[in-house]
Amino acid sequence: MGDVATASMRARTPLAARADFPILATSRDGMPLAYLDSAATAQKPLAVLEAMDDYYRRYNANVHRGVYTLSEQATAAYEDARATVAAFIHASTPEEVIFTRNTTEAINLVAHSWGRRNLGSGDAILVSELEHHSNLVPWQLLAEERGARMLAIPADPAGNLDLSRLDDLLAQSVKLVAITQMSNVLGTIPPIKEIITRAHAAGALVLVDGAQSVPHLPVDVQALGCDFLAFSAHKMVGPTGIGALYGRRELLEPMPPFLGGGSMIKHVTLERSTYADVPQRFEAGTPAIAEAIGFGAAVRYLQDLGMDRVRAREAELTTALIETLALIPDVTILGPTGGERGGAVSFTVRGVHPHDVASLLDEENVAVRAGHHCCQPLMRVLGVGATTRASIAFYNNQEDLKALARGLHRVGKVFGLERS
Amino acid sequence: MISEMYQEQILDHYRHPRNYGSLPSPDATFEDSNPLCGDLVAVDLAFDGERIADIRFRGSGCAISQAAASMLTELAAGMTREEARAITRESVLEEVGVPLSPARVKCALLGHKVLLAALYGVPAHAAEGKDPRP
Repeated sequence: MGDVATASMRARTPLAARADFPILATSRDGMPLAYLDSAATAQKPLAVLEAMDDYYRRYNANVHRGVYTLSEQATAAYEDARATVAAFIHASTPEEVIFTRNTTEAINLVAHSWGRRNLGSGDAILVSELEHHSNLVPWQLLAEERGARMLAIPADPAGNLDLSRLDDLLAQSVKLVAITQMSNVLGTIPPIKEIITRAHAAGALVLVDGAQSVPHLPVDVQALGCDFLAFSAHKMVGPTGIGALYGRRELLEPMPPFLGGGSMIKHVTLERSTYADVPQRFEAGTPAIAEAIGFGAAVRYLQDLGMDRVRAREAELTTALIETLALIPDVTILGPTGGERGGAVSFTVRGVHPHDVASLLDEENVAVRAGHHCCQPLMRVLGVGATTRASIAFYNNQEDLKALARGLHRVGKVFGLERS
Repeated sequence: MISEMYQEQILDHYRHPRNYGSLPSPDATFEDSNPLCGDLVAVDLAFDGERIADIRFRGSGCAISQAAASMLTELAAGMTREEARAITRESVLEEVGVPLSPARVKCALLGHKVLLAALYGVPAHAAEGKDPRP
């Protein structure tokens, strides 16, 4: 375990980046932390912690409307974070990025603001069986309110979407396709560029759930041609409490506000108000300023490493993770075991409930997630109630995988599975 | 190699659950699940007057939820309705006897929740989907 670097001397390659993350140098009862739950939330590098600390220590003030220096500094940092996030996903202008609390809120923003205005009785929203509850429930609420229908692209147990009926589905008055770019359960990467092209040809818009993809893949919204992209800072080495919604400017401009309050207005009388321009119209109240600044620092950190190099390192670690799991008796890997895929790997251990697997791994200070991963429809496709999931980020190393392997062998021993 | 949580008594009850199965015509029955992890426990009770003459449980899920339910049936068998209603969460956890993380306490208490629901007298046909607690 190397010494923790300071932010100013932070790593320039994903391989060396581990030392930038103070928590990865911790241990419990002499067992180093093997953190394999980055798909739930990523750990934070010093650069992010220091950027937030610096704001609170040196220039904490509310943003917008302040005429004094501190407020101008805070505003500049907040808007700089927006520009940084926008550039990271290749938005054409910073105004196309709205800060939200997280991916879930970003999706709800579109459902409330765009959906209520544009979805009518008999229209449909098309999702897939891979979706996280956060990309299902907001649409179900909207569909119920508007008398619209929910349609789904079916998935097979390997996590591949069946696109053979996509055009038929799209023809059923689909106004919006809401689809993940990377499964949080199986790591599969659906062909969303093709889906976007076909959806647009059918006159539907596309919202991409980028919660898992933006942290791990280079994402270019203009090259993809998506209409909306939702993602969270905390899964991409940034803080919790902040996320982003990208929307094409011409779609955002006519959209009514989401939440009402301060900062999102132009002119207010006791009877009515006119609303601020995009993006302020969608950012009511004092925003998460420190978190936005931390988000910007997280993006710069990833940019310094280079998303292509992050992707390459994570692909290498994911392959090693799958090889590790494949060697454990009684372990079944769900989803793709090769090809282009993300670093979330779900598995089951024969005869042992995923929560028991995760508890036993925790006794070795190996952090994995167990449950339905907010994807109950996908669990039904997989024919399981729950899975254990190990997920990779660039800061993981071989020691983490060895600890996982040791822990899983111990699961076998404790539950009497292993024949020695 | 010894696990703090998965000690022999837990694994023994998990592998060889006591009072497992169902009663042909129970006087009370209830079933519930833990939505977070899908643990499921159902309890059937047969009374002889006020006394629990027979108790059966069945279910699926993690070792903690199933072992705790098994232990609970041993604890409750032969008790009066009143005595069984007085079984506390703490006494269930004591019976389980291993250190549980907060997330796993819910698993250990699922059987207890189901037993209390059955004891408070939900008719078998109405048990599903009802919260009978006063």
